[in-house]
Amino acid sequence: MTAGTLMPYDEALDRFEPVLGLETHVELGTRSKMFCGCKTTFGAPPNTQVCPTCLALPGALPVANAAAIESTIRIGLALNCSIAEWCRFARKNYFYPDMPKNYQISQYDEPLCFDGYVDVEIEGQTVRIEIERVHLEEDTGKSTHVGGATGRIHGADYSIVDYNRAGIPLVEIVTKPIPGTDRMAPEVARAYVTELREIMRSLGVSDVRMEEGSLRCDVNVSLMPRGSAEWGTRTETKNVNSLRSVERAVRSEIERQAGILAEGGRIVQETRHFHEDTGTTTSGRSKEEAQDYRYFPEPDLVPIAPDPAWVAELKAALPELPSVRRKRLQAEWGLSDLDMQAMHNADAIELVEATVAAGAPAADARKWWMGELARRANETGTTLADLPITPAQIARVTELVASGSLNDKLAREVLDGVLAGEGTPDEVVERRGLQIVNDEGELSAIIDQVLADNADAAEKVKAGKIAAAGALVGGVMRASKGKADAARARQLILEKLGVSD
Amino acid sequence: MSLIRKTAAELGAMIAGGEVSAVEVAEAHLDRMAEVEPKVQAFLHVDRETTLDQARAVDARLRAGEKLGPLAGVPVAHKDIFVTRDMPTTAGSKILEGWRPPYDATVTARLRAAGLVILGKTNLDEFAMGSSTENSAFGATHNPWDLTRVPGGSSGGSSAAVAAYEAPLSTGTDTGGSIRQPASVTGIVGMKPTYGGSSRYGLIAFASSLDTPGPFARNVLDAALLQEAFSGYDPMDSTSVDQPVPAVVEAARNPDVAGMRIGVVKEFAGEGYQPGVLARYNEAIQLLESLGAKVVEISCPAFRTALPAYYLIAPSECSSNLARFDAMRYGLRVGDDGTRSAEEVMALTRAAGFGPEVKRRVMLGTYALSSGYYDAYYGQAQKVRTVISREFEAAYEQVDVLVSPTTPTTAFPIGERADDPMAMYLADLCTIPSNLAGNAAISVPCGLADEDNLPVGLQIMAPVLADDRCYRVGAAVEKALEGRWGGPLLAKAPEL
Repeated sequence: MTAGTLMPYDEALDRFEPVLGLETHVELGTRSKMFCGCKTTFGAPPNTQVCPTCLALPGALPVANAAAIESTIRIGLALNCSIAEWCRFARKNYFYPDMPKNYQISQYDEPLCFDGYVDVEIEGQTVRIEIERVHLEEDTGKSTHVGGATGRIHGADYSIVDYNRAGIPLVEIVTKPIPGTDRMAPEVARAYVTELREIMRSLGVSDVRMEEGSLRCDVNVSLMPRGSAEWGTRTETKNVNSLRSVERAVRSEIERQAGILAEGGRIVQETRHFHEDTGTTTSGRSKEEAQDYRYFPEPDLVPIAPDPAWVAELKAALPELPSVRRKRLQAEWGLSDLDMQAMHNADAIELVEATVAAGAPAADARKWWMGELARRANETGTTLADLPITPAQIARVTELVASGSLNDKLAREVLDGVLAGEGTPDEVVERRGLQIVNDEGELSAIIDQVLADNADAAEKVKAGKIAAAGALVGGVMRASKGKADAARARQLILEKLGVSD
Repeated sequence: MSLIRKTAAELGAMIAGGEVSAVEVAEAHLDRMAEVEPKVQAFLHVDRETTLDQARAVDARLRAGEKLGPLAGVPVAHKDIFVTRDMPTTAGSKILEGWRPPYDATVTARLRAAGLVILGKTNLDEFAMGSSTENSAFGATHNPWDLTRVPGGSSGGSSAAVAAYEAPLSTGTDTGGSIRQPASVTGIVGMKPTYGGSSRYGLIAFASSLDTPGPFARNVLDAALLQEAFSGYDPMDSTSVDQPVPAVVEAARNPDVAGMRIGVVKEFAGEGYQPGVLARYNEAIQLLESLGAKVVEISCPAFRTALPAYYLIAPSECSSNLARFDAMRYGLRVGDDGTRSAEEVMALTRAAGFGPEVKRRVMLGTYALSSGYYDAYYGQAQKVRTVISREFEAAYEQVDVLVSPTTPTTAFPIGERADDPMAMYLADLCTIPSNLAGNAAISVPCGLADEDNLPVGLQIMAPVLADDRCYRVGAAVEKALEGRWGGPLLAKAPEL
């Protein structure tokens, strides 16, 4: 393999067409593990959620978690899949220290769900991603490699293993190859994973936290010269652990492969690792000496044969799916496609919906989340959902503005206070003294002072140049440190000067 | 008569009636073990105090008025492939030497719940792979009938312990004949229940789709009592059958075959069978006819392919089941000197910890499951398995049970087949089809072969969940033959 220089993205896309494929692993949020009764709580002390079965002690046997099977079928249904009437688990055999049995109970040629699709929206266009299969398996333990430069097993001094994660139910969702995304390949990959994440959330089957590894993505990319019908050799970039990384990994892999192909090199079919810091991938294990997993039907478990009537019930009971919900909310809120897309991209829809549910008008809710709060999130490098403020608090702020207790400027200060941990909006108003000046006497005194200090402007207004009142209102706002109600101040100024609009 | 010569049913009744304590019964057997173990070597682990503690606890439960089963206080020898909280468990392998399980197998737990007293853990072929117990990493067990011969296998420690009056009962596991063949060559009763009828939870797996826990005893009724004590649905084993345990004890008490239809498997006789075995077998068939059974010959041609199919399926499953023995979490660890990788330590440990027969089967199974070979080997063997099941089903439309010799020969000399795996594998020729089909099958003594005066077993096979038929026919044969012999066959065994 030539080291290859990266080819700039636009040039790469002028010469090549990408074909994508995505394998996504979702850890189900069941209370117990896939094949034993151990808890699945994230972050428990190492090796405290283990038993003979998930440690693979001699003699221990698996028993399939019925809730996990149900969740997988619901995922399959939400992805428009057919559900197998009869299927089996299979053993995938390979040795690795974090896999206690040295085989993974998975599914092979008989997945629980197959042949589905999911539609994603990119710049107003609908792209249909076909789903090859959805199957159920168990997670491995978690290895930590200590010493060495890379944190990988190669070069490490020693490794430690936490088996708490071993046996957590894992759903693998595999797309069919996705051709025809052209320049949008990175965005399509990201939109697909985003959509999956929302579907999982709406089904309530997983907390889908990419940073905690409960949603993990492997990205397959290949390139073919423009005009060619024959797909190129693909690489598989493993464990891409944020939405942004999905997009970057596709882009980087396109640039890398294009560079190699342009120099007459050939792509090696291999696993690659994505590096968050550089946004590039490096070579992992070559798949050309492919592992032989020696799959065979798991003899410790009985086949799964979901009753079609039960599957029909599950289908009927599916919640409103995210794409449908977005269309409904867009109509209810009266937003353009572009505005809705912007909210979707910013992960703001749920927050806005919750804010509306807490009593705020949709326009106000959207204005705060997509404006001030989006800016704050961007500045601090966090997501909207992770800002230390709740939809109910935003709703309260909009209520205070609507009732005239706050103006927008004061409202922003209230948000400052809430984000700084000073308490609820009402507590911040109280502590910072941010109430609008409603006392007519106090306001009147401020106005008198401002009129006295700005006699020229006052004369202009008297003379009928009402536009000059703006400067006087500005003066009142300055003198009141922003707490005056600007509209009322204007009204009083005009009254005092004996003019009307 | 001394306590060790009594049947389990008798001992249970005596203990329940307060005639003798569980401690006294345990002591009698522990004393017998101390006397004959140097010759027989049936046990891998014996701990007098642990055993007596169990017996004391049972006596206390009985004194407190607790209602226990008919075997409360009766000792049992436990195959060292069932995990036990209070005793080491090795599966006959160096790779598990010294391992103390943190949990009890379901069979172990049910023995305890029924008040049985575990005398110790019995020897076996490593991971139950073998037909002579010579594949144990801890040395061979000797047949009480002739100490130079094997006690069968893989459950040879369990068969020898019962035949040597060290225990009235023992547990075994039967994957291809590992209960029936040792029972046959030691002159006792051994039963392979319907697959799924007894739990595999805590039974160290050899071949998951075949492994079946079952009982050994010196008579049919005792075997039924033990099977009843540890059988039945277990939610911890997905392949366990959620059905009532067949009425095996009732059947064992009802030795009546009048009007029953008995099929003689045509393929299991002739060349390769010891003449003395065939002579006793043919007499047993005539006996059944004389007791009023209708005997017909049944041809099951696919049974001839059972052995090769078994030696693809069982090794395939074992190659995967034994992957967990990797030095990471328990058992032997070799080469962990700080310079070697985990992969190297795994490889060194497995090379040092597994014996030659285990390695042979792991290699065989790994090959049979490999990409490009799967269809020709594992896949084809599964098809054969289906055909065998269908032949059984077809046969059971015509007859209630099938019979055959349990094993083609009597006990062979220690060392004779140790270097000839094919000869060893042939010992399970007649027993394997029932494992592949998941059927019930029992071996009961039917006499001594003329040429060597060693025990011969009659195998009685019955449909899935018709275990009771095995016991009913077995009890009828036992009653008639003991009438002729004037007592159990085992009474003819030489004194140790």
